[in-house]
This record gives sequence, structure tokens and C-alpha cells, in this order.
Amino acid sequence: MAKAKVATTSLCGCFGCHMSLLDIDERILELIELVDFDRSPINDFKEIQGPVDIGLIEGGCANEENVKVLQEFRRHCKVLISVGDCAINGGIPAMRNMVPLAECYEEAFLKGPTVVNPSGKVPDDEEIPLLLDKVYPAHEVVKMDYHLPGCPPSADTLWAALTALLTGKPVDLPYELVKYD
Amino acid sequence: MPEATRRIVIEPLTRVEGHGKVSILLDDNNRVAQARLHIVEFRGFERFIQGRPFWELPVLVQRLCGICPVSHHLCAAKAIDGIIGVDQLTPTGEKMRRLMHYGQIFQSHALHFFHLASPDLLFGFDAPVEKRNVIGVIAEHPDLAVQGVMMRKFGQEIIKATAGKKVHGTGAIPGGINKNLSIAERDELLAEVDQMMEWSLKAVEIARQYTLTNLATVSEFGAFDSNHLSLVRADGAMDLYDGKLRAIAADGSQIIDQVAPLDYLDEIAEEVRSWSYMKFPFLKKLGPETGWFRVGPLARVNACDFIDTPKAEAARREFFEVTDGVPSNLTMAYHWSRMIELLHSVEVIGDLLHDGDLQGDDLVAPPGERRGEYVAMLEAPRGTLTHHYRVDENDQVTMANLIVSTTCNNEAMNRAVAKIAEDEISGAPEITEGLLNNIEVGVRAYDPCLSCATHALGQMPLEVKLIDAEGNTVDRRTRP
Repeated sequence: MAKAKVATTSLCGCFGCHMSLLDIDERILELIELVDFDRSPINDFKEIQGPVDIGLIEGGCANEENVKVLQEFRRHCKVLISVGDCAINGGIPAMRNMVPLAECYEEAFLKGPTVVNPSGKVPDDEEIPLLLDKVYPAHEVVKMDYHLPGCPPSADTLWAALTALLTGKPVDLPYELVKYD
Repeated sequence: MPEATRRIVIEPLTRVEGHGKVSILLDDNNRVAQARLHIVEFRGFERFIQGRPFWELPVLVQRLCGICPVSHHLCAAKAIDGIIGVDQLTPTGEKMRRLMHYGQIFQSHALHFFHLASPDLLFGFDAPVEKRNVIGVIAEHPDLAVQGVMMRKFGQEIIKATAGKKVHGTGAIPGGINKNLSIAERDELLAEVDQMMEWSLKAVEIARQYTLTNLATVSEFGAFDSNHLSLVRADGAMDLYDGKLRAIAADGSQIIDQVAPLDYLDEIAEEVRSWSYMKFPFLKKLGPETGWFRVGPLARVNACDFIDTPKAEAARREFFEVTDGVPSNLTMAYHWSRMIELLHSVEVIGDLLHDGDLQGDDLVAPPGERRGEYVAMLEAPRGTLTHHYRVDENDQVTMANLIVSTTCNNEAMNRAVAKIAEDEISGAPEITEGLLNNIEVGVRAYDPCLSCATHALGQMPLEVKLIDAEGNTVDRRTRP
């Protein structure tokens, strides 16, 4: 039987959810018996290579690039999962939704006590992606099939969800694996 | 912008933490006209934490980074200690935090070497992309890969035992720590120490052999002279949790020494450039042109006078035999120096686990005279980390300035990118994926944590210009 394909990405997240996935530790040896990895920060595929069975999304959408990547994942993934609080509700980065953008700009590039900026300009190169007006949770941008809460969800939570999906069982997580923090 | 007819973009950078990309501009003959590392993400921590109660900071700002949350957790905690007037923690508080920190250094260095960087070193920079990852390492070098997995696990277990949770824990609180280490937790960790020591010695040997075997390559690959910055202990020893600033030049001569974190504004400033959201720190004494520096394992091994654990000190001396005692300025020497620190960390962890203070129950020091402002520093896995906060009489944060490790390496990483592009890519008849991975190998050596470095928040440009080939503006749109 062909192995299932899994792809992962971090949008506006901190990579903590990817760290939690690595916290499955030696179970990674079992995991790679069940799956092949498509695009993921742990390999060098810069784009999704083909149809994917399970896509894991860390982080919400803070800029146009995040939206593009999330849409790419939705197009290619049969099952798409919001992993962690940032994907589910924007998380800590969504705290910036309460602050006028111009103030953030000034704080970082003009007012900070160590800033040296004789031009008085802020970074504006075309290589830098446009920011969205707010940080959006993943399900406000595309349809998401599952949500795994936690900051981050524990390795056991990720393992239970992944192995259930990969073996065709219902994702029925016990109470102690579903935590919001 | 230089004259160029082609633009190549490596995006996203992979096997690094966070979001970055490299742009390369080429002329008709594939000669590189410009190569830059751009940090393309921003979040805005400095502004949006204003108004939050300061005691939230250790759990709030650690969400900058999921690979090294402990660094931000502890650096914020150290700053808050200063604000509530605690200048000396209880022995249990201090040692629990140190154990947490060295556990973090151990797991982060193991993760970087085995999970992220080893595919390049084992298979070659231009190995097939399908194989050039940790799964490929598991397939061809299962023993080595499993060692890496188990070493990272050991570091994570230490973090869990000290912070309550492997990622984004809660251990450090104002003036101390919220738990001690139980006998059962201690014994479980102690049972692993000998194995971790053996594997760490082996990892140092792998990195040393790699460097010596490939000395001709690594002596050139992304290599350039730089200053080096690190905290050192009062006696000049390496200390990753606490110390004062020392900066040395490429030849080892001292530029600054024993500068207290509270005086950092006298010594360090950051330049803003239009093409990256990551600023460019430099030593004010030398200015932005020549005052930039490297941080992290290479800078620390270069800057310290000695390491106070015997095995890592022996490894440090071996490192300096290659350079005849002067600092190493090779980008690829980061790997070897990182493994020396991995070994140092497990030695420190072993010593701490035998210290009965970890089972003490005096966890929190009483507050002293309140301060409205404080600056804390520590040596995170990737280099010197600075947290500077001001708070008001209602305990709310009014100013936050965070200079993270990876930001300090911004100029150095850009120089590595430019040099590798010039040496390896410029003029190549065909620019292959494998050739482009050379650039990423250079960036990866610094183990950048690009999420950490992107706490600054920009706004959507209000004006968009369309510029023709001669540089004339042909159209202009402004957002209402």
C-alpha cells in the first residue's frame, strides 16, 4: 500500500507546534513507516509536489504570503488541520489587531531606544510581502477540516489525531489531550 | 538597484526556523549583481505588549519562538527580577533556571545539528532534494539520526521537568521559579546523563572531523573576518545564563569588556534598512560600517577565555589548535563550536543534577526596591539576547526593546549569502537547485531563528509605485 502524504507549514506562528510534532521523539520512526513528507520546513520542498492526504497548518494569516500558502495547501490537501491556537484563533500575534498599524511601525523602526534611522523611513522594499489589516485564523481564509487546540498541542495530541486519520479511525481525542493554554 | 536582467528567489528558506528568503540579481552572463537575505514576516511584539501587566511577560514574549521559548521566558523573567528589585535569586531559583536554560541549549543545538544541518554535511550541499532531510538521514544513518532524536528528547525532558511543559512552559516567575526538581525527576534525568555525554563527545568528533576533512572548502565557504560579541563571566569563562558583554575583533583584540547589560545603550545600536524587517545591530564605538559582529556558538567560543567544564574545555583547546590560538572567522566553524557547547551543556546539566539545592523549597526571593526600568541579557542558543522594559506605577509595560540573537547575525548572514553567491554561483552556466542550496547551507550555519527576529511589525505600504526600466515612476497609487 502506498504511504500517505503529509505536508506541514508554519504561517504566522512560532514553530512551537512543529517542535511539538518533533516531540513525538522516537515515534518518528513509526510515523515514517506510515507517511511520506511533502512540503514541510523540515525538508527542502519549496512547493507542494502533488496530492496530499493530510496538511498541518500552524499559525494564522498575517500577510499576503501566508494566504497564498494556505490556499496552496487547501488546493492540494484532502484533509487540512488547524494545529494550535494561532491557526485556530490567531493566537498571540492577533494581539496586534487591537493596535493601529502606524504605531507599531513607529515603535519598531523609528522610536526604539537602539534605532538608528537617519532616513526616517521604514522598510518598504518590494521583496517584503504586504501585511494584512488583521491577523486572521486559518478557517476564516479557507475551509479547515479539524482543529487541534493547545499552545502548542502536545505531541501525544498530534500523535493520536494523526494515527487515527492514517488508520481510518474517528478522531476521538480523550479529554486530557484537548487543552487550551 | 544594480543593473540586472534576472532575479532568482529562494523562498521559503527551509530547514531553518521562521520565514526568510534570499533574492539574487543576475546579469546576462549569470554574474551576481546583488544577493540579499530578507526577513519577510512581522508580528509587532514591542508595541502590542504595551499596556500588559509585566508579570505576563515571561509567558507572553516566549511565543516569539517555539524552538527557543526558554530563552525569552528566562530573559523576560530576569528583567522582571530587576524591576521588582530582586538582584539575587535563591539558590534553588537560580539553579532551576540554569538547568532549564542548559536543557534548552542542549535540545536546540541537537535539533540544529542532527535534524536540520546534518543532511548537508552527510550527503553534500547538492545532494538530491528528496534525500536532503532528516528522513533521509534516518534511512542511511539510522544510528546517528536516532541519537539526534534522543538527545533532543533529553533536553526537552529537562525543560518539562523545570518549566512544566516542553514548549511554552511556566517555570520562571518574578523573583524565582514555581517548582523545584523532585527526586524522581532528578533520577530519571540522571539515568540518561552518561549516554548523553558519550553521544555529545561523538558529536563534537563528527563536527571536528567534518571541519578538518573539508578544511579547504570550509576555509573559504562563506568565510570572512568579523567582530564577535558574547556575554562572559567576570573571570572570562563561558556562561550562557548570565554575565557581562565582551566584544573582540577578528584578530582577538578586545573592543569592549565587562559591560553590564544595563549599559547596553552606550554600546549597541541598530540600523534600519529598507529591504528587511530585521534591523542591523552594530557597536556604536565602531559605527555601522565596521561595528557589526557575529553572535552565537562561534562568537562565544572565540570570546571566552576558557570553559569551566573539563571535556568542553579540552574540545575548545583542540578547536584553537587549528587556528593557532586566534579566533576562527569561518562560517562553517559554527557547527564545530555549536557541538562544543552541546558538550558543555551536558556537563553543566550533570553537575547541576547532583546539586541538592534543586530540591530546596525556597523558590522565590522577596522583592526589594522597585525599579521602573530594567535590561536583562542571556546567551540564547543562537547568541546574545537582550530584553529591555519600562513599566509604570500600575505594573503595565510602557516600553519594550528586544534585540534577539538572530538579528545580531543579520549583517553576517547577509555577507555569507553575498560571498557564497559570488564564489559558487556567479557565472555558472546553469544555476541548479543544488547550487542554490549552497546559499542556504551558509545561512543554516548560523541556525537563524527568523521567527524570533521578526517581532517588529510594519504596515502595508500606503503608496505603490510602478517604475520603468530607467527608474522613472510611471504610475502611483495611494491607499485611501
